[in-house]
Amino acid sequence: MTSETLVEIKGLNFSYGERPILKGIDMIMPRGKVIAIMGGSGSGKTTLLRLIGGAIRPSAGYVKIAGKVVHELKRDELFQMRRKMSMLFQFGALFTDLSVFDNVAFQMREHTDLPESMIRDLVLMKLQAVGLRGAHDLMPAQLSGGMARRVALARSIALDPLLIMYDEPFTGLDPISLTVIGNLIRRLTDALGMTSIVVTHDVQESLKIVDYVYFVSEGVIAAHGTPEEVRGSVAPFVHQFVHGEEDGPIPFHYPAEAYTSDLKLEGSFA
Amino acid sequence: MPRRIVVGIRGVGHRVIDSIWRLGYASRFFLLTLLKSGTSFRRFGLIIRELYFTGVLSLIIIVVSGLFVGMVLGLQGYETLQRFGAESAVGTMVALSLVRELGPVVAALLFASRAGSAITAEIGLMKATDQLAAMEMMAVDPIARVVAPRFWAGVISMPFLAALFSVVGVFGGYLIAVVLIGVDEGSFWSQMQNAVDFRYDIVNGVIKTCVFGVAVTAIAVFEGYDASPTAEGVSGATTRTVVTSALVILGLDFVLTSVMFRGMS
Repeated sequence: MTSETLVEIKGLNFSYGERPILKGIDMIMPRGKVIAIMGGSGSGKTTLLRLIGGAIRPSAGYVKIAGKVVHELKRDELFQMRRKMSMLFQFGALFTDLSVFDNVAFQMREHTDLPESMIRDLVLMKLQAVGLRGAHDLMPAQLSGGMARRVALARSIALDPLLIMYDEPFTGLDPISLTVIGNLIRRLTDALGMTSIVVTHDVQESLKIVDYVYFVSEGVIAAHGTPEEVRGSVAPFVHQFVHGEEDGPIPFHYPAEAYTSDLKLEGSFA
Repeated sequence: MPRRIVVGIRGVGHRVIDSIWRLGYASRFFLLTLLKSGTSFRRFGLIIRELYFTGVLSLIIIVVSGLFVGMVLGLQGYETLQRFGAESAVGTMVALSLVRELGPVVAALLFASRAGSAITAEIGLMKATDQLAAMEMMAVDPIARVVAPRFWAGVISMPFLAALFSVVGVFGGYLIAVVLIGVDEGSFWSQMQNAVDFRYDIVNGVIKTCVFGVAVTAIAVFEGYDASPTAEGVSGATTRTVVTSALVILGLDFVLTSVMFRGMS
C-alpha cells in the first residue's frame, strides 16, 4: 500500500443471511482519482458503497480508509470519519423540508461553529461551483432531477471531504444533465484533490471521466483497468458490458428448467 | 390434517414472537429517542419549528371539534337534567365530562389523526427518499435531529391542545344552555365552579393528556422510522399510527380513569 492510497479493500465478503452478495473483493483507490465500480443491477455495487461508508459490517475482510479499518471503528470514531467523506445518493436525497441554501448549509451548521455570514459565503461558493447560485431560495420540490442532483453534489462537497461516493449519479438524467454531472464530478475531484468512487452502469458517460474501472459481477471483480484498457478489452464479460450486448457471460435468461418441459410439450410433437 | 394444525400453530407462534420482538424494538427506540434528546433542547429552534407543524396547524380541528362536542353536551345534558329539574347543573356536567374525559380523549384522538399521521408520513417519506441515510452519512444522527424534536413538539403541544378543547367545549355548552335555551347564567357558572376541583379534576385531566401525548407521538415517530421505504410501506405505517394510537388512547384512558376516579372525592 503506497502513501497515496486512500481506500484499500481486501478480501471483502458480505452476505444477507445465507445469500452471499460479495465474495472476496480487493480494490485499491488512490487519492485524487475518479474510480468507477460497474456491474449489472443487483451485482452488489451499492452494498460495496455501504460497506465503505460503514453502514453495514463485512462478514470477512476489511475496508481501510486512510489507514483505519472502517468496521472496527466505534460509533463516535465512525461519525468522525464520515465528516471526511460524503455520499451522493441516487436521486439526491435532498432534505425536502429545507431550501436549497439550507440543504447545502446543513453540515456546516451541524458540525461547525462558523458564523452565519461565513456560512452564507461558503454556501454560495459551493452553489456557484455547480452553477446553481441563482437557485438558492428554491425548495427541492421546485428543482428538476438534474438540478436536484447538482444541489446534492454541492451539499456533498460542503465540508471539502477527502472521499465522495456517488450511487448511480447518472440514473434518469437527460443527455445534457448527464454530461454536466459527469464533468462536475471530474472537475471537483481535480480541484479539491479528493477521491471519487462512482457506482454506475452508465458505461459510455463514465468511461469519459474516470481514471480506473472495476467491474463487479456476481460478487467478484470480473475485470479492472483504465478506460483505454476497458474499451480495448476482448474479455467476454467486459465486451458484453461495454457494448451492451444482450447475451454473453451474463445470460439473458434467468435460470429455468428446459423450455419444452416447462410448457409440457415433451413428446407432443414427437 | 395434522400438518395443517402444525402449520397453524406455527403461524400463531410466529405472530406472537414477532409482536413481542416488535414491542421490544419499539421500547428500545423510545429509550434511544429520550437519550438523544439533548440536541433538541440545546437547539430549541428545532422543537419550535415542529411545534408549529404539530401544534399550531392542529388548532383549527381542535377548536371546531371542541365547540361542537361542547354544544352537543349542552343539548344532551339539558335534555336529561331538566327531567329532574336540575337543568342548572348542566354547566357542571359539561365541564366535568370535558375536563375529565372528553377533553383528553377526543383531543388525543384528533391529534393522532391530524398530527400523528403527518409525523409518520413525513419521517417515512424521508426514509423512503434516503434522507435519513444521507443524514447518517453526514455524521448526523437522525434520531437526534429528526425524531427527537418531533417527539418533544408533540409531547409539549398535546396538553395545550386538550386544554383548549375543554375551554372551547365549555363555551359551546354555555352557548347552548345559557344563550340558546335560557338556563340561568349565574347558576350555570357557580355550580360549575363549586363542582370542579382543581387537583381532582383538572390536574388528573392534564396528567391524562400528557400520557396520551407521549403515547401518540412515540407511536407516530416509531411507525415513521420503522416504515418500509416504499409507497405502500409509508401508507401502511400511517394507518397503523392512527389505529394503534386510538386503541392505546382508549385503553390507557380506562386504566388511568380506574386509578384516578373511584368516587372518593
